[in-house]
Amino acid sequence: MAGSGTAHLREDALLRVQDLVVEFPSAGGRTVHAVSGVSFDVQEGETLGIVGESGCGKSTTGWAVMQLRRPTSGSVVFEGEELTSLRGQDLRRVRPRLQMIFQDPVSSLNPRRRIGDIVVEALRIWRRGNAAGQTEKVWEVLAAVGLDPDSVVSRRRHQFSGGQCQRISIARALVLDPKLVICDEPVSALDVSVQAQILNLLEDMKARYRLTLVFIAHDLAVVKNISDRVMVMYLGKVCEVGPAEAVYARPAHHYTSALLSAIPVADPGHERQPVPLVEGQLPSPIAPPSGCRFRTRCPAAQSRCSEEEPQVREVSSGHFTACHYPPIDPDVAAAVPQSAGKAR
Amino acid sequence: MRNTPVAADPVSLTDDAAADDSAPGDTGPLLQVDGLRTGFRSSEGTAWAVDDVSFQLEQGRTLGIVGESGSGKTMLARSIMGLLPRANIECSGQVLFRGLRLDQMQPSELRRIWGTEMSMVFQDPMTSLNPVVRVGRQITEVLRAHRRMTRSAADDAAVELMRSVRIPEPERRAREYPHQLSGGMRQRIGIAIALACGPRLLIADEPTTALDVTVQSQILDLLQQQQSERFMAMILVTHDLGVVAGRADDIAVMYAGQIVEQGPARSVFRTPRMPYTDALLRSIPRVDDPSHTRLAAIAGRPPALLDRPPGCRFAPRCPSAQDRCRQDAPPLVGGVDPGHRYRCWFPLGAEAEQAGPPGNAHDTVSGRVPMPSATT
Ligand SMILES: Nc1ncnc2c1ncn2[C@@H]1O[C@H](COP(=O)(O)OP(=O)(O)OP(=O)(O)O)[C@@H](O)[C@H]1O
Ligand SMILES: Nc1ncnc2c1ncn2[C@@H]1O[C@H](COP(=O)(O)OP(=O)(O)OP(=O)(O)O)[C@@H](O)[C@H]1O
Ligand code: SF4
Ligand code: SF4
Ligand SMILES: [Mg+2]
Ligand SMILES: [Mg+2]
Repeated sequence: MAGSGTAHLREDALLRVQDLVVEFPSAGGRTVHAVSGVSFDVQEGETLGIVGESGCGKSTTGWAVMQLRRPTSGSVVFEGEELTSLRGQDLRRVRPRLQMIFQDPVSSLNPRRRIGDIVVEALRIWRRGNAAGQTEKVWEVLAAVGLDPDSVVSRRRHQFSGGQCQRISIARALVLDPKLVICDEPVSALDVSVQAQILNLLEDMKARYRLTLVFIAHDLAVVKNISDRVMVMYLGKVCEVGPAEAVYARPAHHYTSALLSAIPVADPGHERQPVPLVEGQLPSPIAPPSGCRFRTRCPAAQSRCSEEEPQVREVSSGHFTACHYPPIDPDVAAAVPQSAGKAR
Repeated sequence: MRNTPVAADPVSLTDDAAADDSAPGDTGPLLQVDGLRTGFRSSEGTAWAVDDVSFQLEQGRTLGIVGESGSGKTMLARSIMGLLPRANIECSGQVLFRGLRLDQMQPSELRRIWGTEMSMVFQDPMTSLNPVVRVGRQITEVLRAHRRMTRSAADDAAVELMRSVRIPEPERRAREYPHQLSGGMRQRIGIAIALACGPRLLIADEPTTALDVTVQSQILDLLQQQQSERFMAMILVTHDLGVVAGRADDIAVMYAGQIVEQGPARSVFRTPRMPYTDALLRSIPRVDDPSHTRLAAIAGRPPALLDRPPGCRFAPRCPSAQDRCRQDAPPLVGGVDPGHRYRCWFPLGAEAEQAGPPGNAHDTVSGRVPMPSATT
């Protein structure tokens, strides 16, 4: 969308985020429009990938869903409960079911504490089981993420590699048996070989603990690998949402097309296309462009794009875009009934 | 980058170089690195971050150096430039640049070469830019120091350089400070500074790792374009195999301080011989694969600097490892493809190679493969 709308939301979602707005105060009384009317949902057992370039609001969205950062407005419904209106004890009751793996695996682990204490902490806070049961659970999750619990628990973070720290973060998120885990760039800081280990591990953990995942990343190939559905964000707005295969095979937003053509492919025979992007900087989230926020870099922008904000609409089954002039066959787009999304 | 066959190239390249300028070293390769070792001294011994690295680079060509974190890429780049920390460093081997022994030069001599003959683009442009000096001034300083230009001539040249690296409104941007620019623009300034005095060799160490994909591809296209316009040689260091795939003529894969496979990009990517290269290529998720495709992860992790295994350094993680691998370190030798070399006792596709075309058999036997652009 770099636009708005909720046509893509479904009835039976585990998590439903609607018109989420997060703003930060900035110098001179101005406002950072970090997330501006984002809507999405995740069904039980599904993995939703969120992609977009640095600063587009991916982490802020994750934090706002978790209520670690209270949204300025909008709704976050998890397991039928409106989280934005929950306070204190009520929110604490929900927290164990909703976990987050944070962007920087190393700094999210306290350097002074032993790994065993870091992982068991949540169990103690939530008073889950007795000491023996807690130890057993810690051993179980550490082994599940491929670490040797006996040798790991008494060590501290500096004794581990980035990949190992990420495994520890994952173990920590799993210890409370969550329903939904938001993974914020869990592999971005890792080498490809370790990245592959962690992606496989997340798939295994998802199957073993029946997790639902929200997977945030800026690498499109990584996101496609792990996701069932993908949402593309730009400057605090949603551009496109749909099944991973459809979004990658038939991008329905010019920003997605640009991202896809910029992917570096590890094949010297690959014909690289120039990235169809108007040169220039990412606009500031303090003064985002009117209409479609992507219009300043969009090669297909027309005057309507600056006047009218595009709304989400369906272009094929379950595949939605917020673009006035999507880069797909216009006949196909026109033939799809606009109400199809809500009805399902 | 260019699709000219590797073996056909060097003769003409060398001729061009000789015609252009007749410095003593212009008949050989532009850069020749022989048995380079760089280590950190500590109480537990010397940790060799770069351990016996050799290669050649011809004028106008691009060598991609890839490898995982800690494999020694940055230390190799710095060792070539002579930009090593002073304390507790041990260094041996030869670095010949246009016939000059860089490894034996004094810092004052090196400083004359930096910028004018060879220059470097760093991963984080903030580390190489001065935060309190306007970016235009940072470019003119380089120009004036090396080229004795007048201030106004340097100002004009700086704006022209900024334009050539496609910074919009260069006159206005020249008066800004680094923090007023986006990451991509700062990297463009870093590149403009590196290009200011027309170096023959540009070493770019992860020039786009900190940037978004769309900006990354613009910066890489820019480097590639500048390189071919200026007939400059380039070493592109990265951990991302995708970054070098379409942009380097030759590839060197590093593992635990050594080059474990090197050769023409096409040959290394299409028919990797060393199991590590193969595993690395397979572990990358590809957009063309369906979602939930199981990735071929490499178990374990690289050995610690002071705890490298005696034989093949990849043996503890290698699916094809045999007893011999754990005892003897494999040398870097060639196979049937010209210029393609690898460190492995049991290279992938070896059976096919033995049954290969007889015309190439002698290369394999003697181990003396013609190495136009990457030689030990
Ligand atoms: N605490 C804050 N105060 C002010 N602005 C903020 C704050 N946190 C985030 N922002 C701004 O909000 C926008 C969105 O930031 P966010 O961290 O969510 O982006 P992101 O998509 O996660 O980026 P990255 O890929 O770099 O992690 C950015 O412009 C950022 O500068
Ligand atoms: N000052 C230092 N003292 C001791 N060891 C060091 C020092 N600097 C680097 N090393 C080690 O030297 C090895 C090579 O480091 P180098 O920075 O060259 O790796 P790299 O391949 O560039 O990795 P990256 O992809 O993370 O940049 C690493 O094992 C590193 O830990
Ligand atoms: S065509 Fe218009 S609405 Fe669509 S992405 Fe471009 S600027 Fe936005
Ligand atoms: S030498 Fe042996 S251990 Fe090393 S890469 Fe080759 S097969 Fe594997
Ligand atoms: Mg983030
Ligand atoms: Mg490095």
